[in-house]
Amino acid sequence: MSTSTLFAATGGFDPLTGGEVMVAQNIAFAIMAVTMLVGAVRMVTTRNVVHAALYLVIVLAGAAGVFILLGAEFVGVTQVMVYIGAIIVLFLFGIMLTRGSFGDDDGVDGERRSMAAMVGALVLAVMAAALVDTFRDAELSRAQPSLTADVGDLIFSQYIVPFEAISVLLLAALIGAIVVARGD
Amino acid sequence: MSSTILAIELAYWQQTGLRALLGLVGVLLPAGILVYLFLFKMMSFMQSRLGPMEAGPYGSLQLLAEVGKFFQKEDLIPAAADRVVFKMAPFVVLISTFLLVLVIPAGPDLWFIDIDTGIFLALAVSSISVIGILMAGWASASKYSLIGGLRAAGQLVAYELPLVLAVMGVVIQAGTLNVQGIVMAQASGEIFGWGGIGNPFILTQFVGFAIFLIAVQAELTQPPFDMPVAESELVTGYLTEYSGLRFLMFFIGEFATAGIFSALAATMFLGGWYVPGLDPTDNLFNVIGPLVLIGKMVLVAFLIFWFRFTYPRFREDQLQQLAWKFLIPLSLVNIVATGILKVVF
Repeated sequence: MSTSTLFAATGGFDPLTGGEVMVAQNIAFAIMAVTMLVGAVRMVTTRNVVHAALYLVIVLAGAAGVFILLGAEFVGVTQVMVYIGAIIVLFLFGIMLTRGSFGDDDGVDGERRSMAAMVGALVLAVMAAALVDTFRDAELSRAQPSLTADVGDLIFSQYIVPFEAISVLLLAALIGAIVVARGD
Repeated sequence: MSSTILAIELAYWQQTGLRALLGLVGVLLPAGILVYLFLFKMMSFMQSRLGPMEAGPYGSLQLLAEVGKFFQKEDLIPAAADRVVFKMAPFVVLISTFLLVLVIPAGPDLWFIDIDTGIFLALAVSSISVIGILMAGWASASKYSLIGGLRAAGQLVAYELPLVLAVMGVVIQAGTLNVQGIVMAQASGEIFGWGGIGNPFILTQFVGFAIFLIAVQAELTQPPFDMPVAESELVTGYLTEYSGLRFLMFFIGEFATAGIFSALAATMFLGGWYVPGLDPTDNLFNVIGPLVLIGKMVLVAFLIFWFRFTYPRFREDQLQQLAWKFLIPLSLVNIVATGILKVVF
């Protein structure tokens, strides 16, 4: 399919940018979205916990890719560093250290499936409402990727209070971990 | 890499092809140089022997012989292994290596991607290899591999922090995450008003340089940090069940990453492709830049391998204490000191 037919298919109008259709970006997004969806579904249906963690890697890598596609370089790279480089590694480390079991896990029976689905739907609704309410008709700047320096400036000026609040939250989690680990 | 080379306009697919080819060179060349120069020759001389001498002059073709040997070996997969994960693990490690080489510039116009997050991207993708190692350790269905993988994960997560924190000092001083920007900041820097040799950050960030090298040593699981592959206890840890081509991929991944981290250290602390006395925007650097960078890379790698061949292995608790109780606090102090001095001067 040539570029012109793709243009024709969408009427030469992109609702997101209000103008030029970004063919390469759209194709890249489609590939990533499908990969993420397949990964996410396999993650919750597989009966092997290590496989589930590895499918989660695919989903998180896709999320990082989508951030980069939107020009949010710093967020995308942070996604790779924090989620793939640290959190998944801790997941795998924890699974291997405690079970070391191999093959399908009989303990994974999905008996709390309906509860999980409810929580998932609730999170989706809250996130969607928040996102739609925040951005409305705002258009993303397509001139260039957002600069790390600008992100830093914003975090330490306009968004300093939420940033510090999250720091305190993480501190609470750290102290909680120490209390649980010491057990006295 | 700019869109024109020697005034020849290149189409997008030609640029992409050239980038892919140079990326392959950028991964295999450092690996080859380090293995021959240090693993074959320097280690042998330190142990009063000659090392490989038969294949080619001074054994210089030994590398090709080794690769040929690995190609001939049977691709063994343990019967109980998780076949898909087992097969994918070496590729995950190699992906991390290939992404890592992208951020290093070799001249004013010689770069793969000129990205704003530069050094941060390098540190982020370097952590992907941990997943490959854990996959290899788990999928082998062998207790040696599993324990090796667990040790590797514990060690790599612990040393990831000093690695990142050591770089922070350089970033504060250069005022940018962009690797090309860090090179330029060193090339155009001045030492108390004297700009004769620029301002290589090793002079002001010596502590950062030392922490970075120690952390790299641990990230590469090289002695004295080779607990995950401790051959006297774990055979070769997560590599135990791998043979032939797949073992070769892990091997290339390890040594290419050693070379690329050395090049990264050379870029951040020794001025990268720049040599003092010339204009950093001079077109000459597009020719000699790669050679200068390789020279500095070999210099840094020499330190890494010198430690590798000299020191005995740490105990697991000593290894964790060094990271959490010494390197991380020290690098935090370094960041604070750099920040204060940056504001004062």
